[in-house]
Amino acid sequence: MEEPEVKIGLEVHCQVTSLKTKLFCSCPADYRGKQPNTHVCPTCLGLPGSLPVVNKKAVEEAVKVALALNCQVANRIVFYRKNYFYPDLPKNFQISQYDYPVGVNGKVYLDVGGRKKEIRIRRVHLEEDPGKLVYKGSITESPYTLVDYNRAGVALIEIVTEPDLSSPKEARLFLQRLRSILEHLGVFDGSLEGAMRCDSNISVAGGARIEVKNISSFKEVERALTFELLRQRNLMKMGRKIERETRHWDEVRGVTVTLRVKEEEMDYRYFPEPDLVPIELTPEFIDAVKRTLPELPDARKDRLTRQYGIAEAEAAVLVSSKPLADFFEEAASMCKDPVKAAKFVVHTLLGVLNYYGLDLPESKITPSHLAELVNMVEEGVVTEKTAKYMLRDIVVSGRSPRRMVDEEGLQKIADSAVLEEAVERVLEEEKEDVEAAMKDEKVIHHLVGHVLKLTKMRTDPKMVYEMLKERIERLKTSYASA
Amino acid sequence: MLRLRAVELARMVREGEVKAEEVIEAFYERVAKVDGKVRAFVRLIKERALEEARRIDQTVAKRGRLGKLAGVPIAIKDNICIKGVEVTCASKILAGYRPPYDATVVARIKAEDGIIMGLTNMDEFAMGSSTENSAYGPTRNPWSLDRVPGGSSGGSAAAVAARMAPLALGSDTGGSIRCPAAFCSIVGLKPTYGHVSRYGLIAYACSLEQIGPMARTVEDCALLLSIIAGRDPKDSTTANPPRPFNLSEVKGEVKGVRIAVPKELFGEGTEPRVAEEVWKAIHLLEELGAKYEEVSMPSLKYALAAYYVIAMSEASSNLARYDGVRYGFRANAEGDWSKVYSKTREEGFGPEVKRRIILGTFALSAGYYGRYYLKALKVRSLIRNEYLSMLKKFDVIISPTMPTPPFEIGEKVEDPLSMYMMDVDTVPVNLAGVPAVSVPCGFIDGLPVGLQVAGRFFEEAAILNVALAIETELKLYSKEPEVA
Repeated sequence: MEEPEVKIGLEVHCQVTSLKTKLFCSCPADYRGKQPNTHVCPTCLGLPGSLPVVNKKAVEEAVKVALALNCQVANRIVFYRKNYFYPDLPKNFQISQYDYPVGVNGKVYLDVGGRKKEIRIRRVHLEEDPGKLVYKGSITESPYTLVDYNRAGVALIEIVTEPDLSSPKEARLFLQRLRSILEHLGVFDGSLEGAMRCDSNISVAGGARIEVKNISSFKEVERALTFELLRQRNLMKMGRKIERETRHWDEVRGVTVTLRVKEEEMDYRYFPEPDLVPIELTPEFIDAVKRTLPELPDARKDRLTRQYGIAEAEAAVLVSSKPLADFFEEAASMCKDPVKAAKFVVHTLLGVLNYYGLDLPESKITPSHLAELVNMVEEGVVTEKTAKYMLRDIVVSGRSPRRMVDEEGLQKIADSAVLEEAVERVLEEEKEDVEAAMKDEKVIHHLVGHVLKLTKMRTDPKMVYEMLKERIERLKTSYASA
Repeated sequence: MLRLRAVELARMVREGEVKAEEVIEAFYERVAKVDGKVRAFVRLIKERALEEARRIDQTVAKRGRLGKLAGVPIAIKDNICIKGVEVTCASKILAGYRPPYDATVVARIKAEDGIIMGLTNMDEFAMGSSTENSAYGPTRNPWSLDRVPGGSSGGSAAAVAARMAPLALGSDTGGSIRCPAAFCSIVGLKPTYGHVSRYGLIAYACSLEQIGPMARTVEDCALLLSIIAGRDPKDSTTANPPRPFNLSEVKGEVKGVRIAVPKELFGEGTEPRVAEEVWKAIHLLEELGAKYEEVSMPSLKYALAAYYVIAMSEASSNLARYDGVRYGFRANAEGDWSKVYSKTREEGFGPEVKRRIILGTFALSAGYYGRYYLKALKVRSLIRNEYLSMLKKFDVIISPTMPTPPFEIGEKVEDPLSMYMMDVDTVPVNLAGVPAVSVPCGFIDGLPVGLQVAGRFFEEAAILNVALAIETELKLYSKEPEVA
């Protein structure tokens, strides 16, 4: 039986990390690791009598984002007040946008199973970040709550999609693509903790729309939505009705829990912010911003395949993250064979990073490390296997590959006498495998493994295979003749 | 000395004819003598003021440069922030709050060597027309102590009228400067919206209000305006006027001035004797060479309703921040944050403030927004357009400031609607955003009557000019209340 259709829409909040100051005051926007409540002023604390003043640069950055997401950019934007009480909101309203946002009707393209899929963007707007609530221990057991307003007033760009995503995996791919676009624009650094947050709407055909809040990173989105989807499908299988509600993603327990049911839905009482005047975005201004737009992931992918002759699939992986694509291009400029470099990055480096659970910028490897490794394989200094082994070390140690080869004696064994000796020794010691290999050629691979192990990967597996195959053939003939 | 105009005081201080310290002492003495009865001030900052005065005197001794307000004492409404000085909006909820910054108007006054004496009483959060809605109790009208001084800047008006300060600042959201100016027989001006920075003015309804000067004479009022007016980068709603306000244009010359007299502003509820006093002044202007015409501005009948919807809606949002977490009063309550917030707001706000927060919250609610708030905005643009087209044909619009003379304390407290009706002639001006001044034009049984002159955007000089002509003819500034 076919599963009922799933519809997912996302509301993504990204801090404009390229800004030095907050959205409505001149306090420093960089709040991470600072003493609590030191980057504050009357405006971002919402003190009586204070007034907001729009950061012009923030508007420019938002226009960039709207253009990059193929939106229609407004010729006039208006800020609104979103009214609700919460202890992280110094004014008990948030300055946000409602009618007249920066951009509407955009689209982003995803590669889904080799097919190009269009995700429509409903709107792009600017708003201020609330402060940060700090608990002593867990939220449920903390005897008090502390508020740090350093984050209050930091500029956020909210990006709302239409419900065009049809699986949790697509949601993750979308966020990845969005992050890459924003990073290419230079407005956003996704490696900063809490810089991207996301709410989601998810429904299964026949059930109501459920909002899932508090998804704190793009890694969490797939987990949260997978859980929620399972929950909704199970309810439906049991014949239960899915009623409209807002749920909270509990990252630690890996479940969603009810936050508010329909009757308790908030009425934000939006109205135009009277302390700010509408901002006109002239066609000249929008054109000028358009001209400053850098190369974006789609264009970069095309260029990478053209310029370096690499496969489209690999180029697509590379541009899914700006730091990764930058890394590749820098390494490629030092490599004799960029195609090999691309393969090494996409198939080997990403696997190693994944193994450690690291993002590229968190690891110690540099493009020149990678270029050296690729070049050493190319020059026959080390085997591919050795290079992979070295990569595991370099990613966390940052050691120089050439020095590592010398220090650990990792050079490829070019001396055929040494190689032959290793092969002979394995043939001696692994009698069972040898006998099996005589009946089934596939078992030769086992023997290759033994040789590689014995030589600490410093031998070329192809060459070893050929040697072993020849020796096994000979053994077979000699048995037959015996 | 108490009778001297601010311009004279500043000149005398600058030229060493009198010491700033003596000036300040004299006015504080006056406060000590009469404010027990009037209750205009809620907070005096005498030590600071004396320090300032001594600094000024030293500058005089050293023949240093001094500003246009050198040594002039100024009373400030209790909703304007002075760094380090408690400010409460006459509300319990802000008790103990000391702002860490100066309002732009305060900084400008300090830059001209004006001396702030203290903060004056008001209706809580500027919500009222009588200065009765105050956590400190009512201020009394110096002309008749059992009557209200008007509001919400009643403390500032009473202080000036009772000679406790030559100058004062008020704020005007729907008439809060002009109403008490009229009731206390002083001059009070609501500037063009965007002419004076609101940075440091604790908001009631931001799209309507302006800080403005209050004084005994038009000249002093104009002087204070010239100092506080002008664009402020900290307030995005301020603008540079096409021509900066120029004191020297206020000459009292009204020959050829075209006056519109809208019949709607002499409507139902206007006491005939008030209308009579205003008409007398209009005829006086006619004798001086002005021309008047009776006109109709039909949209004005919707002004009061539109005003209250907009003001209350904005107030419901502006006053949300008072939750007891960061400053001011916090109720002693158990439970989660929402219980503590509720209890704090229940105990901290007075009844009129709560009424307006609740009504404003309702007006902005889903399903009602279009019916109330949006509708009110439409009325507002209708009214603005009517003012603009009227002011194409005429230079100024004249009406009574208040429909009645000052009423008795307690008379309207139980009847909020009749209190709201008192604002009928003043609120259209706030909706339109144009400037207006109230100038004394007569007395009825010893109770003051004020006349309102409204004019074009940023043409404060033109309305002050007409006000000066009236003042010069009637010389009502020489009349003094018999308080003390």
